[in-house]
Amino acid sequence: MWKFLHPYANPEVSYHFTNKLLPWLTALTAIFLTVGLLWALLFAPADYQQGDSFRIFYIHVPAASLSMGIYVSMAIAAFSSLVWQLKLADASAAAMAPVGAAFTAIALITGAAWGKPMWGTWWIWDARLTSELILLFLYLGVIALHNAFEDKNLAGKAAGILTLVGVINIPIIKYSVEWWNTLHQGATVSKLGKPSMALDMLWPFIFCFIGFSLLVAVIICLRFRNEILARNSIRPWVRELVKKHDS
Amino acid sequence: MQFTSFNDFINMGGYGFYVWLSFGATAFILTLLVINSKAGHLQVIKKIAQRKQREDKLNEARKLRKKQNDQAIKEVTE
Repeated sequence: MWKFLHPYANPEVSYHFTNKLLPWLTALTAIFLTVGLLWALLFAPADYQQGDSFRIFYIHVPAASLSMGIYVSMAIAAFSSLVWQLKLADASAAAMAPVGAAFTAIALITGAAWGKPMWGTWWIWDARLTSELILLFLYLGVIALHNAFEDKNLAGKAAGILTLVGVINIPIIKYSVEWWNTLHQGATVSKLGKPSMALDMLWPFIFCFIGFSLLVAVIICLRFRNEILARNSIRPWVRELVKKHDS
Repeated sequence: MQFTSFNDFINMGGYGFYVWLSFGATAFILTLLVINSKAGHLQVIKKIAQRKQREDKLNEARKLRKKQNDQAIKEVTE
């Protein structure tokens, strides 16, 4: 049933497929992000308690959610690399790490900027904030390991093991607001049940969420291309590509 | 629109500093990330081209040395 995926284990096939995807993803990203952010900034209503500071929500929640989603994807890639020896999975994990780190940083910074006026503090060592900070350190560790070795196979193994060990942090972040008495509030947008959010706030949120997700996909595709080229530099098809680029 | 004037928009109901700090930091980080990702493409291509140049040079040097060696051996055995 999964035979259709097999050609994509070939770096050349994946490289050209990624190239084909990029223009479409970029266009969709531009549309969704523009609509979402303009809606969030200009047209969404202010919160009756939090006022216009609530607009930070439209960046903070997608960023935090994506920071966890990217880490899980990275863990799946690391697992694939370790178990099935897929070299391309290493390349994809290396491509995802900086993007995840960036979005974790965005989640932490926007959260702090929101917390200062709302909670009275930029930071607090509560369960969710602390575990999200640990997630940032995990990302930085993975990036460091990928860059620490000349031999990319060794680098991939080391970074992959760190990724898999760190995956326990994801359920901790997600359930921290249920398991512990934390300052950070619980889930506003329930994915399975009916959302407890007003529709004129839910729609800009959906557009922003999809827009940022697509942006993540675009950036990962860009970095994945670079990783494929760098890791397959002796192959004739790469040499052809480089020659064509220089001419 | 939720805001009646541009100044109101910047002010964000008193929370302007925090809202624009958030949106600004996000834009800054994402811009850096995109620029880094795109620049990486050119860097990788340049590095591969340099490597090919170095390999070609080494090949040339090896071929030349082999020719010189063969020449020297021929002279000695004559």
